[in-house]
Amino acid sequence: MKILVNEEAHEVSTRTLAGLLDELGYGDARVATAVDGDFVPASRRGGHMLAEGARIEILAPMQGG
Amino acid sequence: MLFYGTELSSRLMLGTAQYPSPEILADAVRAAQAGVVTVSLRRESAGLRAGQAFWSMIRDLGVPVLPNTAGCHTVKDAVTTAHMAREVFETDWIKLEVIGESDTLQPDMFALIEAARILTEDGFKVFPYMTEDLVGAERLLQAGCEVLMPWGAPIGSGKGLNNLFGLRALRAHFPDVPLVVDAGIGLPSHAAQAMELGYDAVLINTAVARAGDPAAMAAAFRLAVEAGRIARQADPMEERDMAVPSTPVLGRAVLA
Repeated sequence: MKILVNEEAHEVSTRTLAGLLDELGYGDARVATAVDGDFVPASRRGGHMLAEGARIEILAPMQGG
Repeated sequence: MLFYGTELSSRLMLGTAQYPSPEILADAVRAAQAGVVTVSLRRESAGLRAGQAFWSMIRDLGVPVLPNTAGCHTVKDAVTTAHMAREVFETDWIKLEVIGESDTLQPDMFALIEAARILTEDGFKVFPYMTEDLVGAERLLQAGCEVLMPWGAPIGSGKGLNNLFGLRALRAHFPDVPLVVDAGIGLPSHAAQAMELGYDAVLINTAVARAGDPAAMAAAFRLAVEAGRIARQADPMEERDMAVPSTPVLGRAVLA
């Protein structure tokens, strides 16, 4: 399945958001996720099914003003 | 002064962006004795994990964090970013930025008020980055904000307090609302001036991060904020147009 992660194209085998984080190697990293512009809390990643072409954002703490 | 029921250890809030290195950032936070540090969210790559290292450094500093929604231009972007920040940083505090104009990074007050209302209903404690607009301020309070953060000047400009009249009017209109000058402060004297006006805190980033010696500048800001605060409490004199001799005239010798 082809999806976009942080605007980069990926070909993945998993169907869920939780599976995607595992497959891409995020492991236990502290990140927040959004799919197609909507926030998906960590507690719902396991049940969140990804569609072909889904746009996923994976964000982490960063310097800010 | 309480910010959403929390007493901060200092009235200097410090941004964490643009420092020459993580070590210099840590030195600056310590020298500032910052009461809060602001943080943000950016895309994370699984390989680099830059965000994880940054977060562990911030946690070790032991200063409360205030995540922002920097870079958001719409209500939807800001609300979604706030939700992501709440989960990552485990705080319901959010410095809400909704930018309306890209040259000045001026807040879009209309979108800001709408986003503040939505986020307050979702349980957030909103610190709105705003212009010094009195009516907008009233609407933000009605939307549920218990803190207001007017700009001094455009972000990163270092111009200081551009509209003294407006900032003074805001202080006078809302004597009991915590007010923070956010953005535009370039020198410790600007920070002292904000505190002398009766502001409760200032938020500084570029002025410290871009100084030749950020830790020394952070210390200068700490002292300026303290000086301005003490001056405010000491009840400053009234300004006058004409000179008034400070040395008594009575008893002066007549020598001609």
